[in-house]
Amino acid sequence: MSALLAGAGLQELAALVLVVGLNAYVLTGGADFGGGVWDLLAWGPRRAAQRALIARSIGPIWEANHVWLVLVVVVLFTAFPAVFATLGIVLHVPLSLMLLGIVLRGSSFVFRSYGTSGGAGRARWGRVFAISSVITPLMLGICVGAIASGAVGAAAQRLPARGSVPAPSFRELFVDPWLAPFPVAVGAMALAMFAFLAAVYLAAATRDEKLRGDFRRRAIGANVALFVVSFAALWLAGSEAPEVRHALMHGPAVALQGAIAIAAVSSLGALAARRHPLARAAAAAQVTLILWGWVVVQYPMLLPPLHTVRSAAAPEVTLRLLALALGGGAVVLLPSLAYLYRTFARVEERGVDAAGRGAPGGP
Amino acid sequence: MNDLLAARTQMALSLGFHIVFAEIGIAMPLLMVLAEWRWRRTGDPALRELAHRWAKGTAILFAVGAVSGTVLSFELGLLWPGFMRLAGPLIGMPFSLEGFAFFLEAIFLGVYLYGWERVSPRMHLGAGLIVAASGATSAVFVVMVNAWMNTPVGYRLAANGALADIDPLLAMRSPAAFQQILHMLLASYAATGLAVAGVHALMLLRGRGSALHRHALTIALVIGAPAAVLQPLSGDISARVVATTQPVKLAALEGQWETVRGAPLRVGGWPDAAREETRWALEIPHGLSLLAYHDPDARVQGLRDVARADRPPVAVVHLAFQVMVALGSAMALVALAAGWAALRRGQVHERRWLLLALAVVAPFGYLATEAGWIVTEVGRQPWVVQGLMRTEDAVTPMPGLIVPMLLFTLLYLFLGAIVVALMTSLVRETRPA
Repeated sequence: MSALLAGAGLQELAALVLVVGLNAYVLTGGADFGGGVWDLLAWGPRRAAQRALIARSIGPIWEANHVWLVLVVVVLFTAFPAVFATLGIVLHVPLSLMLLGIVLRGSSFVFRSYGTSGGAGRARWGRVFAISSVITPLMLGICVGAIASGAVGAAAQRLPARGSVPAPSFRELFVDPWLAPFPVAVGAMALAMFAFLAAVYLAAATRDEKLRGDFRRRAIGANVALFVVSFAALWLAGSEAPEVRHALMHGPAVALQGAIAIAAVSSLGALAARRHPLARAAAAAQVTLILWGWVVVQYPMLLPPLHTVRSAAAPEVTLRLLALALGGGAVVLLPSLAYLYRTFARVEERGVDAAGRGAPGGP
Repeated sequence: MNDLLAARTQMALSLGFHIVFAEIGIAMPLLMVLAEWRWRRTGDPALRELAHRWAKGTAILFAVGAVSGTVLSFELGLLWPGFMRLAGPLIGMPFSLEGFAFFLEAIFLGVYLYGWERVSPRMHLGAGLIVAASGATSAVFVVMVNAWMNTPVGYRLAANGALADIDPLLAMRSPAAFQQILHMLLASYAATGLAVAGVHALMLLRGRGSALHRHALTIALVIGAPAAVLQPLSGDISARVVATTQPVKLAALEGQWETVRGAPLRVGGWPDAAREETRWALEIPHGLSLLAYHDPDARVQGLRDVARADRPPVAVVHLAFQVMVALGSAMALVALAAGWAALRRGQVHERRWLLLALAVVAPFGYLATEAGWIVTEVGRQPWVVQGLMRTEDAVTPMPGLIVPMLLFTLLYLFLGAIVVALMTSLVRETRPA
């Protein structure tokens, strides 16, 4: 990455924080959404045990993991306010749907865990939890795809000045930029990626061999699905995002693609060899590299073709204070996060009850 | 309904929904930690049961608060991109710090809720305290931003309409910041403390599981009652800051149309915007001048001196202000009565009239909070940033905003109903304590 950051200033630092924050969100919060996907797809004789393991795994940590997304949003509007404003305008619909998913996923999860209602009520909340866990990753990926393709920036350039006519239609400005094959393929990539991470983590989190097998098979299936939709996205990029495709096929992205392939093969190999901690590391590396692939392809554009990292950045004083705040915050945050994860590293030690209740606090 | 009104409605609804959970998230962890601490000190099983039950309630309410807060952070861009484009670099600082406070809150709430048997008692209590402290810290940072919208400082307006020479640290210390933060924190402890006290008072009146409810009542009053008594004093500070920094808002909340010396304080009444007068109010001579400036003959600016286009909707603001003051006063009185009873005999729960009064004022704090936010937000209209940017210039150009507004209205109505049902069944759970 050193070539990327040559001559880097505070603007690049802020952009780096955005990517690192998004990366952390994908690896943690993304996997929590992936858990919801496997709740939806729970089948077979161990259906209840699968759901219980998912609930136990994400219970103590999903709220903390979710904050990464809030941090990304906050850094985005502080450091790159014009980009935040444009995304809010053009991507209003998918972002609202993503929020709907976030609200319903979080609420239904606690309603199911802590509710006093009986089995039927819990099953209903489980359903809401599972379905909303699909909506959010899909919409998040769609937004990323729409940004990368340049469609969001292009639509923003056509936004009419107040009261001017004739304006482009609602569909042209607020639907077409994201409801197109390429962004939808990237949405499917996000969904497959999160489901893949979740399955790998879940396989590593339990000692029950049969449950492990369930999630190992799911992890392999999800990674194959990720491979397929990634190629679909690459193919669609040919017509919808030719610059993305060109950048992916030339320069540093080619090496990155090689690294992604190595990580993917490693994670599949480790899963097949039942080396779960290794599989977890390889899966995290694979997903991280895919995310950075997007970054490498797009840099130095932040919102192509409208804004570069430099052109969209807030004044120097804001960026300097933000850097200080982030540095100070990290000193408090990172040890706290480490403590949280260490405390709940092994969910299986206390076993999971068959009803799938992740509710704590009882004697 | 036009797009601007739809956007304002959606934002008001989102804030109005979130603020209740935010107040609970600030105060409830403190109650829960106090219950656990008392249990660890005394070994009383009723206190243990109480701590667990409060933790369970907090878990549900915190999660709803966390996700509805996330909605707000996105809505800043979805509904008000013009505002964020202008002010983002200046007010992003407190939001970033709030992000870290929120992180700590979520991390240690996870440790607290799921760590009863995984971490040491000391660490468990410590985790609860961190949750309580970071909840309050979050509020401090978020309210700083709102205070800046009311009394913007720390910039120079450049020729092209952008902000130049910005000073984000100064913006965090805008003139309204101290009083708004104080008012909001006290509101959180008063509203939640008295709401919890009221719920358990009701259970005591019905004679259920009395040991648990007696402990609950005591702890909730220890937090809620002092805050409720102090809140009118903080309100006085607020009124004086509003008088000097936002005279139009003051005139609206009092229904003052004429600029006069020795303005009266109005109780009730209906401001008629067409006739530019407030009718049917009980007027206390010189009251407003005295309260707002601590001088019975101080000059108070009236709404007639302000262009119509720059006036907020007076009736709404005046009415909301009256409601807030009335509810807050009732809470302060009941809190004083509870304190008096506790000092005299030390047995609050034996006085049925007091339990009844506590049950009646239980929802007042949250209602007063909603009214107070209407006062400060509607009272600032037509500005999103006082004197700097109009709300209509901040709204997104996307048409059809009534659709997301209705969608989120339905979502919040649905969630609100579920939460109320869950809390009711949680309170009614009659496990032996």
